[in-house]
Amino acid sequence: MILYDYVLSASCYKVRLMAALIGKTLSLHAVNFHPAQEHKSPEMLALNPKGTLPILQDGDTVLTDSADILRHLTAEHPEWRSPEDDRWLAFASDLNNSLGLARLHDVISYEADIEKARAAGVAALRKLEAHLTEQRFDGLIFLTGKTPTIADIACFPNTALAPDGGVSLDPYPSVRLWMRAIRSLPGFIEMPGIHRLHELAHPA
Amino acid sequence: MTATIDNHWYPVAMISGIQAPRETLLLGKKITVGRERGTCWVKDASGNALPTVERFGHLWTSPGQPNRDLFTIPEADSPGRRLVDVGSVKVKCSPLRAVENFLDIAHFPFVHTDILGAEPHTEVDRYDVKIREEVDEVWATKVKFFQPQAAKSAEGGITTEYMYRVPAPTCSVLYKTCPPRPGEWDVITLFVQPLTDEWCEVWPWMALYDDDSTMSEMVSFQQLIFMQDRSILENQLPRKLPLDPGMEVPTQADMTSVAYRRWLKKIGYTYGAQLVAA
Ligand SMILES: N[C@@H](CCC(=O)N[C@@H](CS)C(=O)NCC(=O)O)C(=O)O
Ligand SMILES: [Fe+2]
Repeated sequence: MILYDYVLSASCYKVRLMAALIGKTLSLHAVNFHPAQEHKSPEMLALNPKGTLPILQDGDTVLTDSADILRHLTAEHPEWRSPEDDRWLAFASDLNNSLGLARLHDVISYEADIEKARAAGVAALRKLEAHLTEQRFDGLIFLTGKTPTIADIACFPNTALAPDGGVSLDPYPSVRLWMRAIRSLPGFIEMPGIHRLHELAHPA
Repeated sequence: MTATIDNHWYPVAMISGIQAPRETLLLGKKITVGRERGTCWVKDASGNALPTVERFGHLWTSPGQPNRDLFTIPEADSPGRRLVDVGSVKVKCSPLRAVENFLDIAHFPFVHTDILGAEPHTEVDRYDVKIREEVDEVWATKVKFFQPQAAKSAEGGITTEYMYRVPAPTCSVLYKTCPPRPGEWDVITLFVQPLTDEWCEVWPWMALYDDDSTMSEMVSFQQLIFMQDRSILENQLPRKLPLDPGMEVPTQADMTSVAYRRWLKKIGYTYGAQLVAA
């Protein structure tokens, strides 16, 4: 399986992380998203006319949405699936359009209404905090239950990277506990801005 | 703003990335950058043309009257090197903090874990640092450090030798052992555009010997490294770089930083610096 990948993309990291957690090796093809905008090159547009990353190629199958890719990777891993996943995969897309956009604006100068993006991000984080707090009252750590599913993997990256876009995670203790739980999963891998658990406790 | 600060050259764009005219900030003031018929231009807020230099894949300008040419990197011109436009990353930190972090090797095992450093190899041996008066630059040489993955081109851990050079207040150039050609130096730079005194656009650039990696792989590697530093830089306190000796107790590893601060103070470069103890 080939992942057309950009090292700083939260959406690509979802795929790398999911694959690592189920022990699947991906062949990574680095795409120069920034500064060269290689994802808009004719070769890449031939593969994905939307001009976005990630793209997963598995034989003749080409998938261009991280939610579809997470479903594809875990097709034989029912333990990573829950009937509640779909709603959270949609929510992950809201996180990407708010916190994710604020981050691309702040880091690589993406065009955005930054105040609006941050406000939408904060609204999403409040929803996440409320849900995870309820889960804790029920003794559940993850979004859909006692064990993690693709829902958690889809929502984790843009949440954890919120400070890159100028949104603090200080007000969300349940979110922070949930992120810790994800970072302590066996096989967890990091990305720039998301450090592994036992190292350097710099403010996340 | 004093002439001491205005009269330096600053990076303001990657030449290959200039399309439509783009507004940006330099030292807190609005400027516009563009290109016409292959020639780059920069204008200040009143529409006056500012001086330009095109070098190292980047466009440089100055709001003042630079009294010397922009520095050169002769090593980067040698044939066979691949010149890597890494693109920019914006960081909410003092431009001087960004340079200082680039000069510091002691953070490698903790921030660039298993790539540029790894425990238990955390010791930095004694090395040489001086201000080279004849060129007015800070140089650190004979810096040696164990690195698990020194570059995209490295296969396994090696002890890397470094030389660090500060040729301008917001620029640093490092020379490090080139994994596929141990007799040569790889060149990696950090060109910092001070948007304001606590906000910068950082333009890394590289001139490497590497015949195997794709351009995208080399860009990714450097962006990965730099983004590992970004959150640390945004959380550093005090926000501005203290230039008064005695405020922070230096260790052996910090000798380059000490020399850098001393040199800034000597040349009167105070933008993004703090002179009074906070
Ligand atoms: N719905 C997509 C969104 C992914 C996404 O936002 N990708 C960004 C990179 S981080 C992208 O390709 N953007 C292209 C563009 O903005 O033109 C998914 O999750 O797969
Ligand atoms: Fe670093």
